[in-house]
Amino acid sequence: MATTAPVHVHAAPQGFIRRYVFSLDHKVIGIQYYFLALAAVFVGMFLSLLMRIHLVWPTAQIPLFGEIKPETYLTLLTMHGTIMVFFVLTTAPQSGFGNYFLPIQIGAPDMAFPVLNMLSFWTTFVAFVVMIAAFFVAGGAPLHGWTGYAPLSAVPNSGPGEALGADLWIVSIAIFCIASLMGALNFITTVLDLRAKGMTMMRMPLTVWAWFITAILGLLAFGVLLSAGILLLMDRNLGTSFFVPGGLNFTGQLTVTPGGLSPSTTNFTHHGGSPLLWQHLFWFFGHPEVYIAILPGMGVASQLLSTFSRKPIFGYKAMVYAIMAIGILGFVVWGHHMFMSGMSPYSAFAFSIMTMCIGVPSAIKTFNWLGTLWHGRIRLQTPMLFAIGFVSLFVSGGLSGPFLAQPVLDIPLHDTYFVVGHFHLIMGVAAIFGIFAGTYYWFPKMFGRMMNERLGQIHFLITLLGTYAIFMPMHYLGLAGQTRRYSQFTEVAYQTKLVPLQTFMTYAALITIAAQFLFLINLFWSMRKGAKASDNPWESTTLEWSTATPPPHDNFGGQTPVVSHGPYEYSVPGAPRDFIMQTDPATTATH
Amino acid sequence: MSEVAIHHPGSEAFEPSLFGTYSKKIGMWLFLLSDTLTFGALLFAYSYGRISNPDWPTPFHKESIANATLMTGCLLSSSLTMVLAVLAAKRRDRSWTRNWLLVTMLFGTAFILLHGMEWSKLIEEGMTPFKNPWAASVPQFGGTFYTLTGMHMLHVTIGVIYLGVVALRKKFLPILFLLWLLGWLAIPASSVFHVGIHVLLLALIVAAIVLFLKPKDYDAHDVEVSGLYWHFVDLVWMFIFPLVYLMSTRI
Repeated sequence: MATTAPVHVHAAPQGFIRRYVFSLDHKVIGIQYYFLALAAVFVGMFLSLLMRIHLVWPTAQIPLFGEIKPETYLTLLTMHGTIMVFFVLTTAPQSGFGNYFLPIQIGAPDMAFPVLNMLSFWTTFVAFVVMIAAFFVAGGAPLHGWTGYAPLSAVPNSGPGEALGADLWIVSIAIFCIASLMGALNFITTVLDLRAKGMTMMRMPLTVWAWFITAILGLLAFGVLLSAGILLLMDRNLGTSFFVPGGLNFTGQLTVTPGGLSPSTTNFTHHGGSPLLWQHLFWFFGHPEVYIAILPGMGVASQLLSTFSRKPIFGYKAMVYAIMAIGILGFVVWGHHMFMSGMSPYSAFAFSIMTMCIGVPSAIKTFNWLGTLWHGRIRLQTPMLFAIGFVSLFVSGGLSGPFLAQPVLDIPLHDTYFVVGHFHLIMGVAAIFGIFAGTYYWFPKMFGRMMNERLGQIHFLITLLGTYAIFMPMHYLGLAGQTRRYSQFTEVAYQTKLVPLQTFMTYAALITIAAQFLFLINLFWSMRKGAKASDNPWESTTLEWSTATPPPHDNFGGQTPVVSHGPYEYSVPGAPRDFIMQTDPATTATH
Repeated sequence: MSEVAIHHPGSEAFEPSLFGTYSKKIGMWLFLLSDTLTFGALLFAYSYGRISNPDWPTPFHKESIANATLMTGCLLSSSLTMVLAVLAAKRRDRSWTRNWLLVTMLFGTAFILLHGMEWSKLIEEGMTPFKNPWAASVPQFGGTFYTLTGMHMLHVTIGVIYLGVVALRKKFLPILFLLWLLGWLAIPASSVFHVGIHVLLLALIVAAIVLFLKPKDYDAHDVEVSGLYWHFVDLVWMFIFPLVYLMSTRI
């Protein structure tokens, strides 16, 4: 075994800046990520509110904004998707909770590379600032969708917002890629190298497994998006034609774009590029990205269902292998986003089969969650409610997956609300429920106080019913042929009949969004006024609950814990309590 | 608040690492893994463009292949000297570690210079990212060429600076500054390298921050980790050379 200089020795910092701003402490960085995501989610939610209002009352005068124009609707859609996917669903569950709890749950004093950790947060922060800046530059934010499809995104001034705003969008994504790569590298190294004595891979909590596999996905996916982003920037500014075919016509003009950085020529004539190349590169990243958003939620759900059912997780190993299987399959199914592109039916067939295979590990996970609940002594506290909500939403959103996996069904459904409903339930709201569950569960450890239970229950009820009321009707709308990305339906004759349902969804959205302020109030009120939390308020078993609340700078007060138990030893026969902490001394009754 | 407990990876308090090695090495391997995907995406874009354009030109003649072969030779030799540097570091032979690192850097610099001259010649012939004199309907030829080789050249440049920091530490900073100043003054303003040389300035700032924040001696492990990076950069060239040069040769 190599002995080397200590990798992450750093004293507890004293000044405000080193302690709370440029902190090397993974716990502070985790909280920074969390609040960045919190700010982002409210921006993203506000954009969705504007969209919902515009869909059913297109001429409504919105205070400060006035009437929303149809092209602005596409901008809202683009920025809503981008901010939600990158700065909320990728940032909060993985970088936020992962940063805070991954080292603690494996018994490490910090991440393997604390400086890199700090850098990755501040890089993410810069990416967010650049993304928001896109709103304020001339021409505004882009309208090419969160997928940035070429050639719309690859040709400057191809539409409103496709000027500097689109460049900033790409730059922001590229910076985000670099930040995520640094974070992923750090997570994987920490898991491989810094597990406390006794914390074998198969004793890691499922949350750690989920963060670990998610980090591997991020490491492999974001590099590709980075390259794609560089190529897209070159298409826009250096006149290359990676993604731009010749002879395109935008607003009456052929795609001859004015000279960018090069002094030698004034115009570029694009020729011979392929928009499909962008789709391949983007979705090679984009599909794993979907799992980057949802896997940490699965980890949290597994942890919470076991804890609050007072039962070991049903099929721990199956859960681990299912996460791995989902991760691997996630890299070979990107083509199912491209059935509409006119791909060869043979490739479509292959992608379709692979996609349906993902149903198997997903079903294993679902059955194991239900198996964990079965005959459990369930404690219906707020974190548990959200964990159950996660499973419910995951199943509801997941069941439409096998439909969309088949090209013959996907082609009529792809550009309708059916797909919107599908991915919002499974990737959007389910992942958000994972974040909520994690927040209610870990808040006591992070801030030393309990969140208000009653407020939490009300928040859960409204959010669960509200999100179902928003997203379930979308499936019917889609089957009825209502197209997505249309800015309004009130003036499209064959679609006006569905407007009442859209109106209902908008009301549901208004109520659901209002309920999120309950969460915000609960969060900030509890931070200062909540009841003091004990070290282990939920009677959990994993390592973060065996240290002080909130944990000291090095997590375990100068010591490294010794682990003698698996992560979910609840209700073990013969044990003095109904749970055995991972750090409890070994007994013969356990494994 | 107490001092964080000093942790030696592999010490008794922790589980042995899954790969029996230390964090920095794992970190570098993981970085290289993600970099593989980054280059892989560019190579995919190249292949895609090439397959979908039947008129792909094959303009490289004897001289440019000879030049590229020489460049390949530089990189291959630098890999050998890098291995010798790592071996010397493991023997704790400080002076030979430094010497072999410097030789490696020299080969790397030769590679960059040869590559830069080749670029300049191609630009003179009229090959830009958006057009080339051989096939007007295939602007991808220049685009993919400059993207792939440019990305690789950037990696080699960063590699040379990385090795310089490991070999000479703070003493490397003035050398880097001189290199930047010299390059900036010597390269005519019309050349892309007049702007490109500022990569050195950027690297200088980063290296200075790193060296002043963490003024440590680089041990055998650091040399080994830098070696991993260097070999990877060489390996990438072993894909670029046949795919971009040899396959675009007019025989």
